[in-house]
Amino acid sequence: MKDPNSLPQDPMMAELVKMARRKQLTRRTALAGAAGTVTALGLAACAPASETGETEAPVAAQDLSDTEKILVWDNWTEYMDLSEDETSRPTLERFEAQTGIKVEYLETYLDNDEYFAIVKDQLALGQDIGVDLVCPTEWMAARWVSNGYSQKLDAANIPNKANLAPAYLGASYDPNRDFTMPYQGILGGIAYNKQLYQDLTGKEAPQTVDDLWADELNGRVVVLSEMRDTVGLIALSEGIDIASESSFTEDAYMNIIDKVAGLYADGKIRNIEGNEYTKGFRNGDYVAGIVWSGDVVQMNFSKKTRDMFGFFLPQSGGTISSDVFTVPIGATHKKNAEALINYYYDPVNAAELAAWVNYITPVAGAYDEAIKLDPELAENNLIFPSEEFLSLTHAFRALSPQEEQTFSTAWQRILLGA
Amino acid sequence: MATLALKPQKLATAQPKKSRIVLLLLLPGLIYLGLFFITPFAALITTSLQQPVLGGGIGQYQPGLEFGNYAFVVGEYLEQIIRSFIYATVATLLALAFSYPIAYFIGVKARNYPILQGLMLTLVIAPFFISFLLRTFAWKEIFGQDSWVSNLLRDTGLMADNEFLLGTPLVVIFGLTYNFIPFMTLPLYTNLERLDTALLEAGSDLYAKPASTFWKVTFPLSIPGITSGTLLTFIPIAGDYVTASRSFLGSPNTAMLGNVIESNFLRIQDYPSAAALSVMLMAAIVVLVSIYIRRTGTEDLL
Repeated sequence: MKDPNSLPQDPMMAELVKMARRKQLTRRTALAGAAGTVTALGLAACAPASETGETEAPVAAQDLSDTEKILVWDNWTEYMDLSEDETSRPTLERFEAQTGIKVEYLETYLDNDEYFAIVKDQLALGQDIGVDLVCPTEWMAARWVSNGYSQKLDAANIPNKANLAPAYLGASYDPNRDFTMPYQGILGGIAYNKQLYQDLTGKEAPQTVDDLWADELNGRVVVLSEMRDTVGLIALSEGIDIASESSFTEDAYMNIIDKVAGLYADGKIRNIEGNEYTKGFRNGDYVAGIVWSGDVVQMNFSKKTRDMFGFFLPQSGGTISSDVFTVPIGATHKKNAEALINYYYDPVNAAELAAWVNYITPVAGAYDEAIKLDPELAENNLIFPSEEFLSLTHAFRALSPQEEQTFSTAWQRILLGA
Repeated sequence: MATLALKPQKLATAQPKKSRIVLLLLLPGLIYLGLFFITPFAALITTSLQQPVLGGGIGQYQPGLEFGNYAFVVGEYLEQIIRSFIYATVATLLALAFSYPIAYFIGVKARNYPILQGLMLTLVIAPFFISFLLRTFAWKEIFGQDSWVSNLLRDTGLMADNEFLLGTPLVVIFGLTYNFIPFMTLPLYTNLERLDTALLEAGSDLYAKPASTFWKVTFPLSIPGITSGTLLTFIPIAGDYVTASRSFLGSPNTAMLGNVIESNFLRIQDYPSAAALSVMLMAAIVVLVSIYIRRTGTEDLL
């Protein structure tokens, strides 16, 4: 058994756990003891930028924000709060009213790889892709930053950067968050249809990853096509530490790939899907699977499938990552983008956003605001995770370009049935 | 292929003086071909021969003469290549079997009822007014685990409880057939619409059974329609990447060449492999189509 007071070795995890402990603290005493952290962060923000190592990297475009009060933001779908009648976006409209910046909000960021494949040639030439702000997932953002495709953010324009939860600092590609700022944190875990699971297995709920491969569930289990979550969860269930290079070697990775391929060949895994997997859950095709927490919360909110699904992190561990704000190299409204990032780092706005999108907010202090908004919501583990919950999550380790190539080729081979 | 239709030698002998005007008229077409076919094709071939940058990141390639890319993709994806052509052949044959009676009915039987004819043609074309993706999604719903189709099959004992329709070759081939049926029906219809029914009467006057009249008269006369219909169906099906994809009716078990190309291009960013596969797909189709046209004796058609 683990000592409950010990901190995980991974720095990100250690910080997350510390943050959760602070949450407990504030819950009882409403202590504003974060002042020290704020100062430290302010200092960190002034530290010089790390070298990207690229010699022929494209050059950032000239910023026209002072004359053009516009901003084009391309985000994932269902990733922004909507009013009751679903015709307006309250927090975004308030931003427009406060700053006078007109935001063109697009929802065409559907897939990390696809988006990158579409814009990368323009980015390499330093051209404007017509978008001033995007939110790629951390591992993809690493590629943007290391290729020099992201503009350096000016911390002076984002005073609320001080509210960034310390857990999100220290990423190997951008340790001080000079190029990126987290938008929402994402948990990968296991979801199940409560009724169908009981009907099929006679048990109340699955407990482990291996429970998904029970014979009764043949053909009714889905896993994510996002390699880091599916491989991550299964590797964790085999006792591999996915955050460590020494434990999660290429051999270990390939073993997991073989295992997934075998599970698929045996019909244990019915399909490997991206965001569209929720459809299969809603219509009863899938009884259980490896999914993202936010989707489960949203499915449980919608009328037709209210509270139909359960979500848990297995004792062996779940995955955690985040989508981050970044400004493309050719974008001409960086300052406007910074104003928007600053706006969403205000705990009040962050709490309102988190309440709607149901992912984990990276903004410290949002929890206190959420209690005022909706105490029940603030207690939801999937939005404001408890320390116990967080201690079960692990971040997938950074991959070298060569590993990225081998790992994703092997993963794609499974998706193509080879 | 469009240039073949002009038969330059005939034009040259019939109207030698106007050849300059003909060339002038051809110019837009030639420019179009040059810009939108030859240039991308040349780019595709050069991409297919690229080699990775040493120590470069994902998706970084430099010009080269790496013919091994072709051998690599054949070795790697032979299963999907063969599967694509099997699916395309089966779906084309099914489309032909469904379309022929429809086209025959509209073109021959309904010939005297223009309103009925127009209505039926509209029914054939109407699905085109709705997005291809939406229609395929609708089928995904219809074949879902809890759909009435699945329930019916389960209730009648044709399918076990833990079996499913989505992601099986059966459903993928069905989807392919469904999506491309209009491409088969319309050329068949335009052909059969011109069928001289006097020939059918002559057949029966000569004591031929209806079946032999069909096989000896109607069918041979409709071969140009069948050829263009099968080409219009077979070629896009062989390269289709929507129907068989995991997000629609397919599963990893049904991945076709189009899905492999998509995955190599967008996911792994292995552009040389994707380009090599595309070139091979084109070459294979050109070879198959020319053999096919030779065999059916319809060179005039193109």
